[in-house]
Amino acid sequence: MKRFDPRLYQIGALTVLLLYGIFALNFDVTLFRSVLLVGTAIATQAIGSRIKHVAFDPRSAAISGLSLSLLLRSESIALLIAAAVIAVGSKFSIRIKNKHIFNPTNGAIVAMMLLSNRVWVSPGQWGNVAFFGFLITCIGGLVVNRAARSDVTYAFIIFWSALVIGRSLYVGEPLAIPFHRLESGALLLFTFFMISDPKTTPDSRAGRILFAALVAFGGWYINYRLFRTNGILWSLAGAAIFVPVIDALLPAARYAWRRDAAPAVPQPHQLATAA
Amino acid sequence: MPKRSFILILTLFAATHAHAFCGFYVAKGDTKIFNRASQVVIVRDQDKTVMTMANDFQGSARDFAVVIPVPTKIERGQIHVAEKALIDHLDAYSSPRLVEYFDPDPCAVLKPQMDMRNAVAEAITVTASAPAMRAKSLGVTIEAKYTVGEYDILILSAKQSSGLETWLTENGYKLPNGAAYVLGSYIRQNMHFFVAKVNLGEQARLGFNYLRPLQVAYESPKFMLPIRLGTVNANGAQELFVYAITTKGRVETTNYKTVKLPSDVDVPLFVRKDFTPFYKALFTEQVKKEEMSAVFLEYAWNMSWCDPCASEPLSQDELRKLGVFWLDAGSNVFLTRLHVRYDREHFPEDLVFQETGDERSFQARYVLHNPAKTGQCDAAIAYRRQLRERQEKEAANVAELTGWNVEEMRRKMHLDTASVTPAEKKWWEKIW
Repeated sequence: MKRFDPRLYQIGALTVLLLYGIFALNFDVTLFRSVLLVGTAIATQAIGSRIKHVAFDPRSAAISGLSLSLLLRSESIALLIAAAVIAVGSKFSIRIKNKHIFNPTNGAIVAMMLLSNRVWVSPGQWGNVAFFGFLITCIGGLVVNRAARSDVTYAFIIFWSALVIGRSLYVGEPLAIPFHRLESGALLLFTFFMISDPKTTPDSRAGRILFAALVAFGGWYINYRLFRTNGILWSLAGAAIFVPVIDALLPAARYAWRRDAAPAVPQPHQLATAA
Repeated sequence: MPKRSFILILTLFAATHAHAFCGFYVAKGDTKIFNRASQVVIVRDQDKTVMTMANDFQGSARDFAVVIPVPTKIERGQIHVAEKALIDHLDAYSSPRLVEYFDPDPCAVLKPQMDMRNAVAEAITVTASAPAMRAKSLGVTIEAKYTVGEYDILILSAKQSSGLETWLTENGYKLPNGAAYVLGSYIRQNMHFFVAKVNLGEQARLGFNYLRPLQVAYESPKFMLPIRLGTVNANGAQELFVYAITTKGRVETTNYKTVKLPSDVDVPLFVRKDFTPFYKALFTEQVKKEEMSAVFLEYAWNMSWCDPCASEPLSQDELRKLGVFWLDAGSNVFLTRLHVRYDREHFPEDLVFQETGDERSFQARYVLHNPAKTGQCDAAIAYRRQLRERQEKEAANVAELTGWNVEEMRRKMHLDTASVTPAEKKWWEKIW
C-alpha cells in the first residue's frame, strides 16, 4: 500500500500559514516574493536534477521555498533569490556519504546571515495570539507524518521546554515567562517543519534523540547565555555537521520519502529506476 | 478631473516610497497625552550601549528614587545626566504626523505640479513618566556613591535579593510588593543595579524644576530593556517609547510581535484640530486589535534626513550627547521609534530587541485633503460627487482607526446634511 507522502501535507500547511501570515499577521513579505522564492527553489531543483541526472521532484524544493518565505526577510530580492538557490543547491553539492548535510532552508538562512547583514529573521513576527491555531496545524502534521520521524520533534520539544522552564525556575522567574517563550510561532515552525526533516536527521532513533538534545542545548546556550537571537537556527546548522558522526556511531537504514519514489538524489544504482 | 487623480497618485507614491513631496507643517500636538509614559533612548552598535531614560515623575522630587537594573557592572564614569531637550527633539522628529493636501480647482486649466500645495502637520509628542521602577533603597554593598548633576547615585552590588531588599527598606525606600522577587531574578541573571535619587540641594543650585534624564553606558550582548520592575506595582497599563539609534537598520522586538502603526490613511479635515485625541484613540484601538500583545513601530528613518520633517533631524552635537559614539567613523545613524502599552499580564518578560538590516523608511502619517472651491463647469459636478465619496471614505477610515462612531464622524463632517452634493440618481431612478 502506498504511504501518504507527508510532504504534501507540509506543502499545504506551509501555504496556509504563509497566506495567514501575509494577510492576517502582515508579515514583511509579499505574495509576489513568496512565489518568486518557491519558483526559484523549484527551478534550482530542476537544474540540479538535470545536472545530476536524477528524476525531477519539485516537492522538497517547494517546501524549502515556502519555508524561506515564512522565515527569511530582506529588502533585497536578489538576496532572497540567492537564499533559495543556496537552499536547494546545497542538497546537491554539500553531501557526505550521499546524504545532504544541512536542512536546505536552515542552511540557506544561516549562510545568508553569515554572508550579508541585509537579511534577517523576525522570530517575533507571529505574535502569541495565533499560537493555538498554529499549534493545531502543526500537530496535524505529526498525525500525517506519524510513519516518518516525529521522534526528533518530540525529543526536541521535551529538551527545549526543560531548558527554558528550568532556567526560569533557576533564576526565579514566574512561569508566565517560560510559557510566553514557548508560545512562539517561530519555535513551532522550527520544531514541526525544520528539525523534523527526515533527510538531514540521523538515521537511528537514538541518534535523532541525541541530535535533538544537541540542537536544543546549542540553541538555548546561544539565546540565554550568549544573548543572541535565533539560537535554534544557528544551533541546527551547527549540529548538522555532527550528523555523519552520529550516523557512524549509531547506524540505521536511510530514510526515503516513499518506498516507490526515488529519493531527491538517489544513489547511482537507483538511476535506472528513476529514469 | 485628471488633476485630482494625479495628486492622489502622487500621494500614494510619496507614501510608499517616501520620495520627496512638498509639504509643510500645520500643527503641533500636545506632548502630554499619555499618562505614565516613559521614554528610553537606546544607542547601540556592536555591544556598546548608551541608554537614556526620561520620566514624567509628577510627585515631589524628594520622593523620587529609581532602581535601574543594568546588564554589567558599572563604574562611576558610566552614568551621566542628559538634557530633557534632547529627548523632546527626538520625540518631535519621530512623532506621528498629519499631512495636508489641497485639491486643485477642477475648473482651472491644468497647472504644473508645484501648484499642488501640500502641508504637513505633526502630531503628538509623548510624555514620559518614570516607569514604576520605584523600587527604593537598597541593602548590600555600595560600590560607589557620588553625585551626578542633581542626582545622588549609588552603585550597588548584591548577591541576594533579600539583602538588596533589606538595604533598600532600611534606607527608607519603599519597595512595592513583588519587587524583591523581580530583583532576585535579575540578580540571578547577573544583572547589576544603581539607585538614583534627587539631591535637593544640587537640584536647587542647578535651578532645575524637573528631573533630567539619566544616562548609562555599558557593553553587553544583552540588547534588552528591563520592564518587569515597572509592572510589579503598576495599576493598569503603562506607556513606553523606545528610540533605538543604531547603524544598520530598523530595530524590532524578538519576543513580542512588532507591528507597524497604520499609516498613509486619508482622514477628515477635523482631525487637524483633534489630532492629539485622534492619535491617542488610534493607538488605543490598535492596541486593542493586537490584544495588547504587540509593540508598535511609529518611525524608522535614517537620521540624515526626513520628509516631511516633523522637526529637523538631530544635530551631530545632540546625537553625541545622546551617546552616538560612532559619528567620527561616519556610520549611519538610523532611528527606530517603538511604542508599547504594557502590563504584567500581556508582557510577562522584558523586551528583547534585534537590529535588522531593514533600512526602509517608515513614518506614521495621516493625510488631510482640502476640497477645492469649485466654479461652475462640468468637471466641477464630477469633482463634487467624487469629493462626497472621498469624504464618506474618510469618515469610515477615521472610525475604523480610532473606534469612534462612524455616524458621529459623519455628523462632524456635516455629511449627514447631504449638503455637499446630492447623490446622483441611480439609473433606474431616472426611468420613471
